[in-house]
Amino acid sequence: MVEWTDFERATIVDIFSKMQYEVVGPAALARCLVVYPWTQRYFGNFGNLYNAAAISGNPMVAKHGTTILHGLDRAVKNMDDIKATYAELSVLHSEKLHVDPDNFKLLSDCLTIVVAAQLGKDFTGEVQAAFQKFLAVVVSALGRQYH
Amino acid sequence: MLSAREKELISEIWERLTPVAEDIGAEALLRMFATQPGSKTYFSHLDISPSSAHLRSHGQKIVLAIAEGAKDISQLAITLGPLQTLHAYQLRIDPTNFKFFSHCMLVTLAAHMRKDFTPVAHAAMDKYLSAFAAVLSEKFR
Repeated sequence: MVEWTDFERATIVDIFSKMQYEVVGPAALARCLVVYPWTQRYFGNFGNLYNAAAISGNPMVAKHGTTILHGLDRAVKNMDDIKATYAELSVLHSEKLHVDPDNFKLLSDCLTIVVAAQLGKDFTGEVQAAFQKFLAVVVSALGRQYH
Repeated sequence: MLSAREKELISEIWERLTPVAEDIGAEALLRMFATQPGSKTYFSHLDISPSSAHLRSHGQKIVLAIAEGAKDISQLAITLGPLQTLHAYQLRIDPTNFKFFSHCMLVTLAAHMRKDFTPVAHAAMDKYLSAFAAVLSEKFR
């Protein structure tokens, strides 16, 4: 059972209440595909991922990025049981999508950096710590059903 | 592997940040202390509270070393020689902390450069900081 301070809960709720999903989601996924090109292995049918400009302009990347980001909403609403919330999604990523769970950390780092760029100096060290803790719990839940 | 264009991009960015090295360095350190409390154990002899003189001067030292290395990345092993010795024999910082610091430096750059911290700049910077950390730990064993 993860312990959340009042500050951490408030910070996570606040960040997601102001979240521009259609900007941040696509930007985070695109950034992951550019910064860690081996992650492109999971997106063979996404068309042109030839260079950074193509990736950033790719509509399938954009759509999928938005979907992934909205996937975090359930965790925000269920911060006290993120493990159970993502049990099914974990099985999906393992059994059907065959995604190496190390990739979850890569995407979560890119998401942190995109949110930092959005919030600028409001993304203080304390806010960053809360956000990274939240993402770490999500990443752990997503990797939990792998065997 | 860094392309010629990436090396240019990296050295441009660090040249622009050299005048605010204190701010950037202190912020990256503070982010690391907030997200990785274990990293504070290496600073028990200093005052690392926000805006402390120790924190700012230390942050400045680190950023200036990173900026210096960026001027000629192919010569990193030579440029970092003395710092390699310092980190291996005196500071003996566990190298996972270099990863934490690099990530916090990237977050600092994103918070300052905002839209200008493009995916391409991020990729180049991540590669540079990884190379920097690897060279820095070369004398560890």
